Amino acid sequence: MNTSPIAQLIQKIIKQGWMGKSFLLLITLLAVWRLVVALQENPILFLQQVVNGLQLGFVYALIALGYTMVYGIVRLINFAHGDVFMVGAFVSFYSITRFQLHTWAERLFPAMPDGVSLIIGALTVMAASMVACALLAVVIERIAYKPLRNAPRISALITAIGVSFFLEYFAALNFVFSPNFITYRRPIEVVTWAIGPGGITTLGGGIAPPPGTILISNIALIIILTSIILMFGLQFIVQKTRIGKAMRSVAYDKQTARLMGINTDAIISTTFAIGAALAGAAGMLYAIAFSQIFFWMGIIPGLKSFVAAVLGGIGSIPGAFIGALIMGQAEVISAAYISTPLRDAIAFSILIIVLLVRPTGIFGEPEREKA
Amino acid sequence: MSKRLLVVFSFLIVASMLLGACGPAGSAGGDTIKVAILAPLSGPVPTFGVSTRDGILMAIEEWNAKGGVLGKQIEAIVADSQCTADPAVNAANKVIDQDQVHYIIGEVCSSASIPVSEIAEQKGVVQISPTSTNPSVTLNPDGSTKNYIFRACFIDPFQGLVMAKFALSQGKQTAFIMFDQGNDYVLGLAEAFEASFTAGGGTIVGKEAYTGQDTDFSAILTKVADSQADVLFIPDYYNVVNLVATQAKERGVTSTLMGGDGWDSSDLDLAAADGGFFSNHYSAEDTRPVVQEFVSRYEAKYGSKPDALATLGYDAANLLLAAIEKAGEDDPAKVKDALASLQYDAVSGTITFDEFHNPIKAAAIMQVKDGKVIFADSIAP
Repeated sequence: MNTSPIAQLIQKIIKQGWMGKSFLLLITLLAVWRLVVALQENPILFLQQVVNGLQLGFVYALIALGYTMVYGIVRLINFAHGDVFMVGAFVSFYSITRFQLHTWAERLFPAMPDGVSLIIGALTVMAASMVACALLAVVIERIAYKPLRNAPRISALITAIGVSFFLEYFAALNFVFSPNFITYRRPIEVVTWAIGPGGITTLGGGIAPPPGTILISNIALIIILTSIILMFGLQFIVQKTRIGKAMRSVAYDKQTARLMGINTDAIISTTFAIGAALAGAAGMLYAIAFSQIFFWMGIIPGLKSFVAAVLGGIGSIPGAFIGALIMGQAEVISAAYISTPLRDAIAFSILIIVLLVRPTGIFGEPEREKA
Repeated sequence: MSKRLLVVFSFLIVASMLLGACGPAGSAGGDTIKVAILAPLSGPVPTFGVSTRDGILMAIEEWNAKGGVLGKQIEAIVADSQCTADPAVNAANKVIDQDQVHYIIGEVCSSASIPVSEIAEQKGVVQISPTSTNPSVTLNPDGSTKNYIFRACFIDPFQGLVMAKFALSQGKQTAFIMFDQGNDYVLGLAEAFEASFTAGGGTIVGKEAYTGQDTDFSAILTKVADSQADVLFIPDYYNVVNLVATQAKERGVTSTLMGGDGWDSSDLDLAAADGGFFSNHYSAEDTRPVVQEFVSRYEAKYGSKPDALATLGYDAANLLLAAIEKAGEDDPAKVKDALASLQYDAVSGTITFDEFHNPIKAAAIMQVKDGKVIFADSIAP
């Protein structure tokens, strides 16, 4: 037994968590100071980086929703979710290149204005990858997770990792998708607008943007709009429909829900399907944004979205959304003002900090004691 | 099963060769000159191996058609070295000890060429690697040059130097460098570019590192656009270049993109990289007669345009055979001296060797233009 006063003081500090708290405070102050300096130095550049971060954050949000919904209902961290996202990207790629799905409206109704037929076509492609991912997720749930529903939680978790590896290496086979990097042909032309005090100009032809403007591309707008629409749709399903009500009751208490006559298995399958459909849409949006796909593309975005879901409070839909936006900003801002190689380290240290300070996340509620 | 049969079969072949060598008719040396080809015909990069082998075999056939070297026909012994240290060492030991070769052309990969070079150096066998770019292929750990080891390709830092020279010759004053901090190839090119560009009077206005897994380059590219650099130097492989080039357009980057031979792929996104330049070992569109003759003969023989690997294989074989002719004797000790002082008009440029047995030759500068890769310039160091 060591009872010297210094040792006691150290023990007290450790016990009360002062060290962690003061360390966090220091880091937060440093970050805030860095941001203020950056904002003063070149506010336009800073705003541009924020816009960059938004585009990334909205894609993460769509993936994070799948994590959070599945966790909310079956308390399973579905590590295969990132790979479902990858499948979504590939399905949209093949429906564009193999089946020309994005031009069907134009071929069927040549009289239709170009813009309208393109929008219909792009929406069809997105619907195709959403449906494909939803079906895939239902199959995965039936084969891999359902038999383990009453097994210890760690078994399902490890199975999820197994499913993730299976999807990756199955997709890498030559007769499935491909082990190569594939350049994604966007169905739409990229247009970038420079928005500034002097009005809006369209970029092109290698002309530098006018100084003092913020650039935003139609790709970014499409991503942000689609994500917002899908998120409102999801919120509507969960809050206003019968099936949403059933989902919430299953999430609240599975046994009681079953006693009340709810088909819990069907509800769980539906939850997986909806989450995967969002990941499928995210896969297409991500591929449009970065125009390159390959079979490992789901790992890193999947992990980051998982962090986003935890940050927002896993199980909470608005939480996943806010968490993902914070992740997007953290990543781009740290790449811009601290160090690009450190961006992932910073993104993942956010996870650690959240777990230390507020294990339930921003919108999370403490775990209820179940009878 | 068939693998075992193959092993038995190869044993039989080796045994019959040994018996043949023991017989009075095939006295040592004989009336042919044996040249071993170590190429990765299986393993991770079999297409590299096939191209290299085809290029070497074509050179040997041409020499044989002209009557061989020193009046003797050349006999090629092909061994599969799999781009990996162990199989490459086994293949090298086999061709040196059993087939009694004095000359090895290969390997393609640095990771296989380095262990082979140690055996070749020890046993006094001349080795010339067509494509291994790692400096240690021709250098001992203490920095001295291996006596018997040469290469036909330029090493990585050389490409950075050439691109810097080219950028300055185009009137570019400022450059921004993006590099993968975990990739030695990229680092080598980036450092050489920075050193040569500043030495030539240019300014590096920014330098940003990223990691190999990154897909979102928006933060860096926004800085590039803000810096308004004349050149964005991105010496990475085509998959990263595709990502960067696509996003650069959306971020208002007007800099000219430049890079190294990592861009050389049919999967390079030509629309995104339009207007960019990269260095390469040779161009099929080079108008020098030696290039045009080689390209047309290769196409007639194999039905496709020769890639850089076939070209460097062809050059390596020609360099070696020309050196044997110059030495006037089938003696590796003399051939290595002849090779070190050789000047040869090869397809990938007029080659002489420096003190480290690396070739001094011009690099081809390629431009991505209107959906095609075209020959832009030839830059000598």
